[in-house]
This record gives sequence, structure tokens and C-alpha cells, in this order.
Amino acid sequence: MSEIKEKEPLFSAKNRKLLTVPLGRENPITVQVLGICSALAITVKLEPSVVMALSVVFVLAVSNVVISILRKMIPPRIRIITQLIVIASLVIIVDQVLKAFVYDVSKQLSVFVGLIITNCIIMGRLEAFGMANKPWPSFLDGIGNGIGYGFILVIVGFFRELLGSGTLWNYQLIPQFIYDMGYKNNGFVILPPMALIVVGILVWMQRTRDRVLIEDN
Amino acid sequence: MFSNSYIFRFASIMVILVATLLSAAALLLKPMQDRNISIEKMQDILTASNIPANADNAIDLYNENMVQELAVNLSGEVKAVYTSSGFEEGNVRAFDIKVNEALKQIADFRTGKSTTEPLLPVFIIKSPNDSKTYVFPIRGVGLWGPVWGNVALKEDLVTIAGVKFDHKGETPGLGAEISTDDFANQFIGKRIFDSQGNFVSVKVIKGDASGDHEVDAISGGTITSDGVSEMLYSGLENYLPFIKSLKVL
Repeated sequence: MSEIKEKEPLFSAKNRKLLTVPLGRENPITVQVLGICSALAITVKLEPSVVMALSVVFVLAVSNVVISILRKMIPPRIRIITQLIVIASLVIIVDQVLKAFVYDVSKQLSVFVGLIITNCIIMGRLEAFGMANKPWPSFLDGIGNGIGYGFILVIVGFFRELLGSGTLWNYQLIPQFIYDMGYKNNGFVILPPMALIVVGILVWMQRTRDRVLIEDN
Repeated sequence: MFSNSYIFRFASIMVILVATLLSAAALLLKPMQDRNISIEKMQDILTASNIPANADNAIDLYNENMVQELAVNLSGEVKAVYTSSGFEEGNVRAFDIKVNEALKQIADFRTGKSTTEPLLPVFIIKSPNDSKTYVFPIRGVGLWGPVWGNVALKEDLVTIAGVKFDHKGETPGLGAEISTDDFANQFIGKRIFDSQGNFVSVKVIKGDASGDHEVDAISGGTITSDGVSEMLYSGLENYLPFIKSLKVL
């Protein structure tokens, strides 16, 4: 990318694209198939899905900005470890904050907050975008990719909690009389494989609507 | 482009900055985190004694209903008594004893590795249905990691008033069900001694549980269920001398 000299508006068409493209055609989960392990592990309920999504948005946006600010100072030979240190520090801070303010959710997320460090989406964005662009576009790119990851998580969490526990955000949604009529929560939906199946269905739906994404062999 | 000395300088400054930042965050947030952990502990003790508590009212309810915290040794002697107005005896607050560490100490003590006498916590709680309950924290192993819980015995020290189990990472929908009320409620009214006064604990069994010493296992959560059985037996066994010293047979 060549540096542009004239002032760009904050939400120019190019910058808006940074926010919208990761939601669809460049989606980290359904198109790039990154960050799958956390998508399987923490989407049993909606609440941890949302907290995880927000955590990733925060870590991704801030680390992208930090790397972008430092991009001219970072020696290329140690750039990967520098990126890792920035990500790891932010993740530890997020983890500590969750433990202090939303303790019960942090217990549900258990090790997976720590695993944001190894989430390939983040390292990938820093290397591909943060290292080469100015702070503001990097921030937008981080937010866009974070939301692109997060909203898939929330969709999966929504269906898994509804079908698996009959609740949403821990509120009983399916009334007792339906259970009395013989309806049962689906135990299979609670297990990780179902998350993969839901993601698979989302991938299928997306490719049906956006045929550009279909790979022909 | 970048000299080696620059790389070293860059790396050193970065590491020092990051270390400072993280230490500051950890120090600032620690009091809140510790408070959350003790709130959870209070909730678990209260729940076992059939006092419904949530994160907001746990501290008040605990202070209101806690009669005594005892630290007892393996011979059943009470080594420390703590009440809401301070220590009546000794200087170890049962609430601060970490059960997993105590169990390690017990293992070392029994094999002769260490000579320090391990102390176990006992909580005496006012309870709505019984004048008071004795709550015994226990800890064991599930399928994927540790499981732990509190067993509350009624004043006869035979009948279970209530239990509360929790786990680190059992399978949701299967082993993780041990932390639900449905599973815990099965234990209410069960007896840990048989009619001759022998310690038999309560077993979690597959199939039809019957009688005073059995509850139904979780279908599909066999290893976790077995872990709970084992935890109840070995956990309560450590307290037997203490229980027998108080129990009217």
C-alpha cells in the first residue's frame, strides 16, 4: 500500500469497506475458517458468546492500533514476537477485568479468554493490516473483523441455547406447558459438534446467497 | 535498517513497559477478584444449607447465618473457632483454608512426608429448616478436572440437609449436571451412617437408586458420577473423627 498524502474523510468509502467486508465476503469464521475452536467451545449459551465476542473485538481493535502506531519502529526481525506480546498483554488485561467484574461469565469462559492469544484471526490481521496501515484504518479493520467473528458466535450461541436449554440469556423462553406436552431440550445441541454443524449451515447459506465464494474444483 | 543494539533496546523497553502495565492491572483488580471468589464460596456454603443466595446478598446472608467456623484436625479436635465477632480459639479462619491444599497436606501427613498437622474447615450455619447445619467442604476428581462441593449435615450429623456441587470443566449437559439443583436435591434426607452406626456415605449409582444411601447417577455422566461418590466417601471420611466426637449414636 502506498501512503496517501491528502486527508481522507474518517468514514470514506474505503474505510467503510474495512468495516463491512469482514462481515460478509471476508468473514473470519465462515470464509477464512479461523477461530473455530472458541466458536465451538463457548457458544453453548448466548451470554458467554457475547462476552467472548466483545473481548475479541476489543483485543483485535486495540492491538491493531498499537501495532499500527509502532509499525515504523518495530524491527522486522522481531515483529512477530512484538505482535504476540501486544496481544498477550491485552488478553491478560481482559481476563483480569472479566474476573473482577463479571465473575460468573469469566468462569464459563474459563481457558478460552486466554486462548484469544492463539486466535489466528488476530495475528493474521496484525501481520496483514496493522503492520502496513495507519492507526485509524487499522482500528476500523480490527472492529470489522472482530464483529465479523463475534456475530457468527452470537448466532451460534442463540440457537444452541434456545434448542439446548430452552432459555435465552438464562431466561426461560420455552414455557413449562410445552415441556409438559412432551417437548425436551436437545442434549446434542449442547455438545461441541453441533456448533460445527451450525457454522456449517451458516457457511452453506452464505455461499448460496453469494456465489462468488463457491470454490470450484 | 535496524541495528542489533536498536533491536535489543526496543525489546527491553517494550518488555519493561508491558510488565509494568500488567503488574499494575493485576494489583488494582486483585481485591475485586478476591471478593468475587469469597462471595462464591459463601454462596456455595449457604446453598448447601438451603439458604438461597445470590452474588448480591451472599455476604450479608453469610454474616447473618454463620454461627461458627471451625478448623478441625484429623483426630477430630477443634483447633480454631471463628465467629462473626472474631476468634474464640486458635488463629486459623476456616473460611481461608483451601481444601485442595489441605488434602495435599493430609496425603503428605499420612505418608510421613510432612509433620505439620493439616486442618480442615467446618462451617456451622443457621438454617431455615433445621436449627443449625454442619457444612463440610469436600473435593474430588471428575472426568476432565476437579469437582468440589459442600455437604450440609443436620444436627444429628447423620442426615444430609443439602449439598452443593461444582466442577471445573465437566461436559455440559452430562457431567456438568452435578451442579444443578435437580441432582443436588436427591441428596436431601439421605443418611451417611447405616442403622448400626457404620459410615457408608452416599453413593451415586446407575439404575434405580433406593434406600437411604443411594442417589441416581447422571445418564451419560458415569465418570463424573463416580467421582462424586468417591469424593463424598473420602471427603467425609476425613471428618469422621470430628463427626463422631459430636454425634449422639
